[in-house]
Amino acid sequence: MNRLKGFYVYAAVVALLPILFPDNYFVTVVGATILLNVILAVGLNLFIGYAGQISLGHAAFFGIGAYSSAVLTTRFELNAWLAMLVGLGLVYVIANLVARPILKLKGHYLAMATLGFGIIVNIILVQESSWSGGPDGLGDIPTLSLFGFDIDTDLRWYGMIAFFSLAAILVSLNIIDSRAGRELRAVHGSEFAAQMMGVDTVRTRTNVFVLSAMFASLAGSLFAHQQAFVSPESFGFGFSIEIVTMVVLGGMASTYGAVFGAIVLTLLPETLVVFEDYEMLIFGGILMGGMIFMPQGLFVFLTQKIRTVLNHRSGPSPKPQDAQKTLECDS
Amino acid sequence: MLSEVKLMFDQIIQFLATGLSIGSTYALVGLGFAIIYNASGVVNFAQGEFVMLGAMSVVGLLGAGVPYPLALLVAIAIVTLVGFSLNKFAIEPARGASVVATIIITIGASILLRGAALLIWGKDIFSMPAFTGDEPIQIGAATLVPQNLWIMGITVILVLGVRYFFDKTLIGKAILACSCNKTAAGLVGINVKLMLLTSYGLSAAIGAVAGLLIAPIAFTSFDAGTMLGLKGFAAAILGGMGSSMGAVAGGLVLGVLESLGAGLISSGYKDAIAFVIILAVLFFKPSGLFGFKSVDRV
Amino acid sequence: MTILQAVNLDKHFGGVAAVTDLSFSVTEGEIYSVIGPNGAGKTTLFNMLCGYYVPSGGSITFAGKDLAGMETHQIAAQGISRTFQNLQVFYNMTVLENVMVGCHMRTRTGLIKAALRLPSVIREERQVREWSLEALTLCGLEHLADREAGSLPYGELKRLEIARALASDPKFLAMDEPAAGLNDTETVEMRQLIQRLKERGITILLVEHNMGLVMQISDRVLVLGFGCLLAEGTPQEVQNNPAVIKAYLGEDV
Repeated sequence: MNRLKGFYVYAAVVALLPILFPDNYFVTVVGATILLNVILAVGLNLFIGYAGQISLGHAAFFGIGAYSSAVLTTRFELNAWLAMLVGLGLVYVIANLVARPILKLKGHYLAMATLGFGIIVNIILVQESSWSGGPDGLGDIPTLSLFGFDIDTDLRWYGMIAFFSLAAILVSLNIIDSRAGRELRAVHGSEFAAQMMGVDTVRTRTNVFVLSAMFASLAGSLFAHQQAFVSPESFGFGFSIEIVTMVVLGGMASTYGAVFGAIVLTLLPETLVVFEDYEMLIFGGILMGGMIFMPQGLFVFLTQKIRTVLNHRSGPSPKPQDAQKTLECDS
Repeated sequence: MLSEVKLMFDQIIQFLATGLSIGSTYALVGLGFAIIYNASGVVNFAQGEFVMLGAMSVVGLLGAGVPYPLALLVAIAIVTLVGFSLNKFAIEPARGASVVATIIITIGASILLRGAALLIWGKDIFSMPAFTGDEPIQIGAATLVPQNLWIMGITVILVLGVRYFFDKTLIGKAILACSCNKTAAGLVGINVKLMLLTSYGLSAAIGAVAGLLIAPIAFTSFDAGTMLGLKGFAAAILGGMGSSMGAVAGGLVLGVLESLGAGLISSGYKDAIAFVIILAVLFFKPSGLFGFKSVDRV
Repeated sequence: MTILQAVNLDKHFGGVAAVTDLSFSVTEGEIYSVIGPNGAGKTTLFNMLCGYYVPSGGSITFAGKDLAGMETHQIAAQGISRTFQNLQVFYNMTVLENVMVGCHMRTRTGLIKAALRLPSVIREERQVREWSLEALTLCGLEHLADREAGSLPYGELKRLEIARALASDPKFLAMDEPAAGLNDTETVEMRQLIQRLKERGITILLVEHNMGLVMQISDRVLVLGFGCLLAEGTPQEVQNNPAVIKAYLGEDV
């Protein structure tokens, strides 16, 4: 099927890497982190990239998922999979509740509200130490097990996260290429025209917000079991920004762009560690430079570059990207 | 019983006084947000870094033996230059970028500035001497240090100054014209680029002043600007993005409520209070306290 | 039979009255045009009809139902669609996808079904594609189906908006200056298109400045001046109405 060609190639790469390099730290450990971030970025991309909204507090949902799993499995000895479902249910309820007042807002007001929500959740995690463990966090979270197998090696975790990560991409691709996905893009393109076509845009925005929050919750639960430890600092404002950056730097309104962004944004700090004290300076510089010179995102930038090179070889074939330009100009 | 009520009352007066003082810094940071937003439509997430850089520069200059008042002025000048460069090298080249893209750019700038501060001053926490001593002053039921008065006094002067600048001077009006319609402003001969540069410089200078004012009572470090920046943003949104005086009012309201909340309800949730308030206000008034509802023409 | 009825409609913004005490009714199947100088309140009228503005007074009834308090998407569900004076094309989609959004109300797929891509989704997609191509063909745009909407010239974007509205299978189509900015040939094509829509049984409310076009195709014309009704009648009657001549050409004629 042509529609999923890219997906099959990507899935093959994800599957082959650990087979080729089973003991490589960069493949199994960093790779698993990348795949986890892919879930977050692909989910948020539905809300930011396709529906044209903004959330600067998405780490909160990642945190709620992680803490649900952590608290329920350590304090109440609930089955880990059940705990994950409870986390998803909780995020479903919270995201719906938050969405009602928040999604009436637009632009910077929406940015502020989501940012505020994220900070409030983070402070609650720090303050309510009786169940959250406070700033020190919660440890000894049991690992996941599947059909009697404990997921207890880096390689097994890679496989587990890869499964959910690929599922997330498939779901995102399916949605975008459907009535529901066109609804999202229509809200972005012109909200009023979308309404005129009968789209209940408030509901559309609520639904996609809740869905992307649930992607984050799922990632959070996986993260908690994989790390066996959670603390509030993994779920702060900084991480919310990081997820947004994956979406935007990778390329908005493109599932593979979000995947690409997750890869780059996860690898970058890993590589910058060698610069020690210069790490922050360089990271900030790359973020700025990336956005200034490739406002449409790395993915689009690179695919266009490749296309021009190919076209150059096989003769000129001008194809203006006017639509892309209009996309960048809207607010 | 009566004495308990009196004690409670005195406490509240104290909270109000410290709230007004901290609220003044939020007001200044919020004012900085509003000025840049007005001129360029950009929400500058590096605003808090101006505050941090102001304070850290003074600490650095004092360490290098520069006399105190001169250090303050040089620090403001340095941060103003940083503001100019932010406009020149980050905002201007990215004209036409989407809202999210500009948010990422300014966040990138804030990380870069924090990274630079980390390189220069390390991770240590610094204290800065107060302008005029630490002898507490009793005003009614409230006990304040002189720095609190400096904060409030200079904030009042700055706010009035900014108001005069935008209402009465030609440059101020020109900047406002750019914010309404850049093309039209350019057509009537206003140098739009210069006006943007000016507003970034002005906003940075105001941020630096806020930093100098607050550092003597709150310490400073390379990452001290982040929370202040976010609360300044909250102040600007509370006032209605784009209204300078709204941002000032928003800052004062946040400062006072935060101080009351931390004192009377829970100090652990001090930093959450500003955001609970902003969410509550946006719930009832989606365009802030003094903002206007915009209607698109279709 | 009356399909749309406006009674004592009022709209003011602050102290400025945009529409004052306006009453009119549109008969099913006709082309009903609203004309008037710039600022006469035509677009305001459209925006009230579509629920974008809430009227300050009066009521709008469509097919016997009061539209008061309905949101835009609910009004759309009554069978009303519109095109826009300031184009509201989804520039982030292809031409075909734009029109496919138009089929929204005729289909059901939600997020969960779409995520799982159930067989019913695939079937529905095929149907939507068919409907959309049909609407594109009617508007003469089928050859551009896979182009990015943003790459189309102005005249074709205007027709794209019509195709999108058509895809929603409306009973009533409000068109806001469909011929504005079009050259003579395009205007003729637009006239033919509007007539084809009428032949399909769609009632049309037309706002237009091109008098030639209005007088040629309208069944009845309403003339607005400063938000008030100046005249109403057949094109012939309106053209000879002294109040209209005065409003358009000034006092001294």
